[in-house]
Amino acid sequence: MGQTIIEKILSSHSGQTARAGDIVVAEVDLVMGQDGTSPLAIRAFNDMGGERVFNPEKVAMVIDHSAPSPNEGVSALHKLMREFAWEKNIKLYDIGEGVCHQLMPESGKVGPGKLVVGADSHTCTYGALNAFSTGVGSTDLAGAMISGKMWFKVPETIKFVCHGELPYRVYAKDLILYLIGNVTADGATYKAAEYTGEAVKALSVEGRMTMANMAIEMGAKAGLMEADEKTLQWLANFTNEKFTPVAPDSDAVYADIKEYDVSNLEPQVAMPHRVDNVTSVGSVAGTPIQQAVIGTCTNGRLEDLKIAASILKGKKINPKVRLIVAPASKRIYIEAMNQGIIQTLVESGAAVVTPGCGPCVGTHNGIPSDGENVISTANRNFKGRMGNSSAQIYLASPATVAASALAGEIADPREV
Amino acid sequence: MMNLSGKAHKFTQDDINTDYIISGKYKFKTLDMKELAKHVMEDLDPDFYSKITSGDFIVAGRNFGCGSSREQAPLAIKNAGISAVLAKSFARIFYRNAINTGLPVVECDTDQINPGDRLEIDLRAGIVKNITRGIEIKAKPLPPVMIKILNDGGLAAHFRKYGDFNIG
Ligand code: SF4
Repeated sequence: MGQTIIEKILSSHSGQTARAGDIVVAEVDLVMGQDGTSPLAIRAFNDMGGERVFNPEKVAMVIDHSAPSPNEGVSALHKLMREFAWEKNIKLYDIGEGVCHQLMPESGKVGPGKLVVGADSHTCTYGALNAFSTGVGSTDLAGAMISGKMWFKVPETIKFVCHGELPYRVYAKDLILYLIGNVTADGATYKAAEYTGEAVKALSVEGRMTMANMAIEMGAKAGLMEADEKTLQWLANFTNEKFTPVAPDSDAVYADIKEYDVSNLEPQVAMPHRVDNVTSVGSVAGTPIQQAVIGTCTNGRLEDLKIAASILKGKKINPKVRLIVAPASKRIYIEAMNQGIIQTLVESGAAVVTPGCGPCVGTHNGIPSDGENVISTANRNFKGRMGNSSAQIYLASPATVAASALAGEIADPREV
Repeated sequence: MMNLSGKAHKFTQDDINTDYIISGKYKFKTLDMKELAKHVMEDLDPDFYSKITSGDFIVAGRNFGCGSSREQAPLAIKNAGISAVLAKSFARIFYRNAINTGLPVVECDTDQINPGDRLEIDLRAGIVKNITRGIEIKAKPLPPVMIKILNDGGLAAHFRKYGDFNIG
């Protein structure tokens, strides 16, 4: 009986043949925490009697969620992280470096066949690089920092086969929103998602990351893809390591195989307050918006900023809209400056904030007012997500967000 | 820890996410879980904290705890005096975090529980007794790994005891 990608990776890291349903203890290749979760992990680490981390090269901490610190409570937690990182000799990415889920791939330590755990639910992003990566809590993180291991229940896999070619101004974000709307917010709970088909293969590595990132929004433990030339070339920018791609066996067993034809897909929007509350842009077009956000670990990459700039170039955003842009990493920020993208965005009216999570999680950088509508390229629109429970959040692609910022209302990017 | 009894606080909606359990406004600011506990479920029921008697249960629908990986969610619930959460299903990370922090989670048909019902739970056997209604509800038994971690008092206590994973 063949194995899925995740069964293979869990087998190679646990030294036993892992099959869906088994519980295994596996070795991890990289352990990551961010500033919302690391403070508790440090407390758990001390509580467990931890002294040193299992391998300082394989542990990283990122200050991205509230960076720079908006208040003294957060400052104290950041200080705790810095001191811990310095003392244990582990890599600390301080304010301005970027979002953890962009920095880990850029570190060169994530690639095909690797097993990564991160104390952040969107750690599933690195499935785009053919790694098994998943979100865990702070106590799990502490256990992994001490032991280099973690226990896993081997999940079943749902395979999503996407046929056809994405139409003009329809992107990876639209595709993943569509899939989430189709299977719902708990449609893949306790399971892994495997994305394949021509439409997925045609995506850039960045687009694939957008899809893997949102696997958790259907409840999945991971969102995996096969590696190809594009993956290996992308990785070669960051590391000399030669990876061995992990492909599923042809007789691997899946919980379900879902097939889609994406050739007629329209730009998608997730409406408040659920990510699976998805519709085509046409049915919400005209909804007034007061704030637009381009960034986050879902869509803050160079490709995303470029798409937004191509729509905003030479134009001004609606005077009643604030447009906030947060590049996903310092590297992307610099590259976007070199290519004139930042200039275009700022000239059109955007406020560019520190690379990091930006306003995504409601700690700072653009908390909406009561009753306001926000359109964002982020991955969650839960009530209160951006720090005000009486605001409404719509999720869409960078193109749709840019088009909406121009119009002052939700707008179809194919019509600008 | 394997036998619990208390009163049911029922939240009927599905997909109660971690932002509802403890709002982002609070959870980034402090490691004081007693403080966070006062705001537990506040967006769904502003007075919830004051209604809890130590040992009570939260009872919910499908996909409880979806969203972020923050352990502040189970910790706030636990520190508010809740002794277990019962739901039709749980989001994966919340489920792990609850076990790791020593908060029992029980997957069962919660339609058979009304607000205010008195419940007795045998975690090991996977049985929820609804005393008020005089019925027994079968729960999905916890995997042995989880029973072991819960019994040790959570993953931190497990590590203190063994220095590593001991769940072979
Ligand atoms: S950008 Fe948003 S979703 Fe991504 S890690 Fe930061 S807070 Fe989480």
